[in-house]
Amino acid sequence: MTATPAAALLRVRDLKTYFVTEHGRGTARAVDEVSFDLYPGETLGIVGESGCGKTVTSLSILRLVPEPPGHILPGSLIEFEGRNLLALAPPELRSIRGNQIAMIFQEPMTSLNPVFTVGDQIAEAAIIHQRLSRRAARARAIEMLKLVGIPDPEQRVDDYPHQMSGGMRQRVMIAMALICHPKVLIADEPTTALDVTIQAQILELLDRLQHELGMAVLLITHDLGVVAGHTDRVVVMYAGRVVETASTTELFEHPTHPYTEGLLAAVPRVDTPRSRLHAIPGQVPAATAWPTGCRFHPRCPYAWEKCVAQEPPLLDAGGGEGEGGRHTARCWLVTEPERRQAKR
Amino acid sequence: MTFGSWLALVVAIVLSAEVVRWLRHRALRHERWRRFFRHPTAAWGCGILTFLIIVAIAAPLVAPLDPIVQPDPVRLKNHAPSLTFLMGTDVFSRDVWSRFAYGARVSLGIGALGALIAVSLGSCVGAVAGYYRRWVDAILMRGVDIGLALPRIFIVLMAVALWDRLSFAWLTLVIGLTSWFATSRLVRAEVLALRERDFVVAARALGVPSSRVIFGHVLPNAAAPIIVSAALSVGNVLLLEASLSFLGIGVAPPRPSWGNMIADGAVTIYTAPWTTLFAGLAISLVVMSLNAVADGLRDALDPRQDPA
Repeated sequence: MTATPAAALLRVRDLKTYFVTEHGRGTARAVDEVSFDLYPGETLGIVGESGCGKTVTSLSILRLVPEPPGHILPGSLIEFEGRNLLALAPPELRSIRGNQIAMIFQEPMTSLNPVFTVGDQIAEAAIIHQRLSRRAARARAIEMLKLVGIPDPEQRVDDYPHQMSGGMRQRVMIAMALICHPKVLIADEPTTALDVTIQAQILELLDRLQHELGMAVLLITHDLGVVAGHTDRVVVMYAGRVVETASTTELFEHPTHPYTEGLLAAVPRVDTPRSRLHAIPGQVPAATAWPTGCRFHPRCPYAWEKCVAQEPPLLDAGGGEGEGGRHTARCWLVTEPERRQAKR
Repeated sequence: MTFGSWLALVVAIVLSAEVVRWLRHRALRHERWRRFFRHPTAAWGCGILTFLIIVAIAAPLVAPLDPIVQPDPVRLKNHAPSLTFLMGTDVFSRDVWSRFAYGARVSLGIGALGALIAVSLGSCVGAVAGYYRRWVDAILMRGVDIGLALPRIFIVLMAVALWDRLSFAWLTLVIGLTSWFATSRLVRAEVLALRERDFVVAARALGVPSSRVIFGHVLPNAAAPIIVSAALSVGNVLLLEASLSFLGIGVAPPRPSWGNMIADGAVTIYTAPWTTLFAGLAISLVVMSLNAVADGLRDALDPRQDPA
């Protein structure tokens, strides 16, 4: 693991992405002051339930949030190798998309264009960014198909997406994303739509490619099992905010935020027989009306008056200094640990 | 009719039948094209269109006489159809069959080229409006509303008033430029739905420029409705040309087009109905065939009917 204090490859600071809802029902603060760093060669996991802003965060990095209704507020900073992506002109931004920072999506079924062969789609980024000829790009596409483990790449290169299975299509998506050897790969729930066995294969493939190509991966998922096996550090998001960051081992050993605790308790385990799965009561509130104070307080088993009145900042939760960076949590329990006994 | 033109006519008929048979044979291999030929009228439509296209291309071979020449304005005028004059002669003693064949060139040519202009322009405008939405969409679509509200005959009349007589190229252009409105609406609606698809975001995430996203990724997915609309447009443009020529502001006489053949024959419609009958029949047949083909294409290209 990279514990060296290398410069962050990607720095996200105070990212605010809001959506103006139609009919003037207010503003959805989908991502609200999110900050994190991504270092070269590491895998950073972003975890959280549906609707807590993970996907919007990842789309914001490449400025793919549909505008309108969405917009990234001024004051946000997304810095890649010292350049603020939010201030780039469209052509410069395009030269980063797919070239330096690439992205793979949740739905391999719909993320490929149905009317073109997979070879054409893989080759496209190489033609655009590396100015390869069609012939050279096709050769590269075949190489990439081989790299992502598709059998008979010379034949499959001329297949259309509908001729492939879900797992194969996700491999094609990975090939598309990696053809220009990006420095950062954003994987937005890359395995959610796949069978469990295929899921494991795809994640192993990503791990292997990360080692071979030496890129940093931002892995967005709601699956803590995926986080445990495939990330170095974790950012836990809730209601548009970062609520906890820690190295993966630290997070699993000492979860501090009650939300993280709840998520961990909700993971089904094979070693402890249990009749019912634990669930966090309630659901993520609507992004147009986050609760006052700590946004988790209506669902929190420890919440007291202070949590309703005042939102905690990201507090240093101790432990984990050094490897994987600081362990921080956005919870007043860090300052008043004795309250942990007083579970509602 | 000379022996050569009879021979050419027979060859044209046989050839078009063969083309349809060959298409049908090829279609058996693909579910989509099997669906096309399941339409009872689609094969007939293909056959009629193929025949008329062959006649148009081979006009010098199938036509025994020059379409403009008047062999004997006194004795041969309004001659009834016979073995010599397959479709009779008109009021100026010109051979109607020869004019019909050369007229097919003009009418089908304007139909195809005009529709090509209309569909290309309509697709571009519709795709841009649907992709960018907001003010781009608002401006373009209000323009389309205006275009749809204005009667096309009126626009063409204005063009004629400005430039007196329109040449073939200008006529095609004017017709094409006034026929794209409906297509642009159709394409816009299609693109509005397509732009929300994941592969569009995926393409943008790869750094594909907007123009390439629109014309390289989105528009090809709208190919099916565009092709159907193109088939229908050819018919519309052909009808517009015919009505303009009938009014005397389309193709300049003595050059034959099906529209001005009807106009020429209108005066003798009671005494020599063949002078208008065949051209009128051809126009109706082409439009009906195109509608039949468009219906077939609509089913053939509909992905919802594809086996999973």
